[in-house]
Amino acid sequence: MPSDTLVQEPAARPPDAAAPPPGIISVQGLSKTYAGGFQALKNVDLEIRRGEIFALLGPNGAGKTTLISAICGLINPTTGRILADGHDVVRDFRAARKKIGLVPQEISIDMFETVWATVSFSRGVFGKPPDPAHIEKVLKDLSLWDKKDAKLLALSGGMKRRVMIAKALSHEPQILFLDEPTAGVDVELRRGMWDMVRGLRASGVTIILTTHYIEEAEEMADRVGVIDKGQIILVEEKTALMKKLGKKQLSLELVEPLARLPEALAGYDLGLENDGRRLVYAFDTQGERTGVTRLLRDLDALGLRFTDMDTKQSSLEEIFVSLVRKTP
Amino acid sequence: MNLHAIRAIYLFEMARAWRTLFQTIVSPVLTTTLYFVVFGAAIGSRMTEIDGVAFGAFIIPGLIMLSILTQSVSNASFGIYFPKFTGTIYEILSAPISAVEIVISYVGAAATKSVILGLIILVTARVFVPYEIAHPAAMLAFLVLTAVSFSLFGFIIGIWADNFEKLQFIPMLVITPLTFLGGSFYSIDMLPEFWRTVSLFNPVVYLISGFRWSFFGSGDVSIGISLAMTLGFLALCLIVIWRIFETGYRLKA
Repeated sequence: MPSDTLVQEPAARPPDAAAPPPGIISVQGLSKTYAGGFQALKNVDLEIRRGEIFALLGPNGAGKTTLISAICGLINPTTGRILADGHDVVRDFRAARKKIGLVPQEISIDMFETVWATVSFSRGVFGKPPDPAHIEKVLKDLSLWDKKDAKLLALSGGMKRRVMIAKALSHEPQILFLDEPTAGVDVELRRGMWDMVRGLRASGVTIILTTHYIEEAEEMADRVGVIDKGQIILVEEKTALMKKLGKKQLSLELVEPLARLPEALAGYDLGLENDGRRLVYAFDTQGERTGVTRLLRDLDALGLRFTDMDTKQSSLEEIFVSLVRKTP
Repeated sequence: MNLHAIRAIYLFEMARAWRTLFQTIVSPVLTTTLYFVVFGAAIGSRMTEIDGVAFGAFIIPGLIMLSILTQSVSNASFGIYFPKFTGTIYEILSAPISAVEIVISYVGAAATKSVILGLIILVTARVFVPYEIAHPAAMLAFLVLTAVSFSLFGFIIGIWADNFEKLQFIPMLVITPLTFLGGSFYSIDMLPEFWRTVSLFNPVVYLISGFRWSFFGSGDVSIGISLAMTLGFLALCLIVIWRIFETGYRLKA
């Protein structure tokens, strides 16, 4: 059994205000090839910063769950190394895993157990002495307290998912993995979960979530990583990403509908919507000239009048789709 | 050592036995009672003594072994198969718990249940037939050793099985026949020469023989060989389990 915890401690860093804090999760050159020959991860490098909410986005089968499974010890990496708070997750698995809580995508709970028993069980399995006060707090935070003696099979789907989260939080982890936490969860409950995740971040927990719902990443994440075909194709601050890749849309509601775009406007990236009642102009916010002023002047010259105007930032989803399409 | 984890899993498994009390304790006790009524009381009264022991008493060690073997295997295999089936195994695999600790908790719980069951049957048997135990300490030691060995064996089956048929296959088609043919109800000396030789390839013969020795002071084979064979089987199971965790077989991709 590995016991050389001291060797795993990160080297002392000279005081340097500009240096980013050492990553709480550090994935280095990670590859995973399954027995059938399918390569799910290809040489992945990833640093997760302490205390952030990191959203991992990617289409189905991109490798999101494989990456999480490798960090949490559910699969054996083919090559590469993973450190969790400085501890190698294979060689020093005890120290590493104590810091990590995992909420998998599938609801996997022992249906015949009570909520209280299963959450207490999780705490024990992670090597912590019983602490009814902590379990009580976790259950109350997740609005499960009045169900504590109910059997899991009697709970609704949303409650079961919250039980999964309660189990992951039972041992007070510093790092929480949420694999598709709000898949199949109704809107109200989703909002509740987002609040809970923010609360956890405020208490110092680092959160890594995978999601299809771009809205979720947009709402929650500090940074976004995009994975596709087993490769991390981008890691960026969410705001910077949206600014860098974000396009803005200017929508003009016309007084008189147009049958087609006037020849004079051919130089603009324009579209007609809503039976010609809406003129849509897409422009790059990072461009030297957005062309907005010129467009408005030209429209005025053509005698086109409008009743309303609106600008909209393109969503992370649109950015994401354009990114994934680009990769070969 | 993650003692909290061992405790949590052990108590969870024991609680499962309590929930399924009928399946784990009542049903084997009932089955064994039927054996005693039929073979001990009804037929046994017309049978001659074997090695100076009344037939009713002679079958006690064999019957206990029959229950211990089948229950150890089914309990331990189910204990580890079920989390794999429901997916809850993710938690065990992601926890700061080593292979040794996983085995201690699951196998320990299964073996505990078997030993308790064995002792209950022993007491139940007293209602039907009088008997004395020549070497009580050795009897207990054999009971525990067998329960642990076959719980380990069951654990292996539980990991190997990827459907319910496979889970049932070994207990039904291997353990039960080997136990019946392993001298539960007879001494292998009663068999013709050829079949006695064949029987010596049945590992269960050594278990039952050793266990019977602890009751009556004599067995089909010498106690030393019985003990060596039991320990050998234990060692074999440990090696297989060590390899399973080393390679992640059927547990980790």
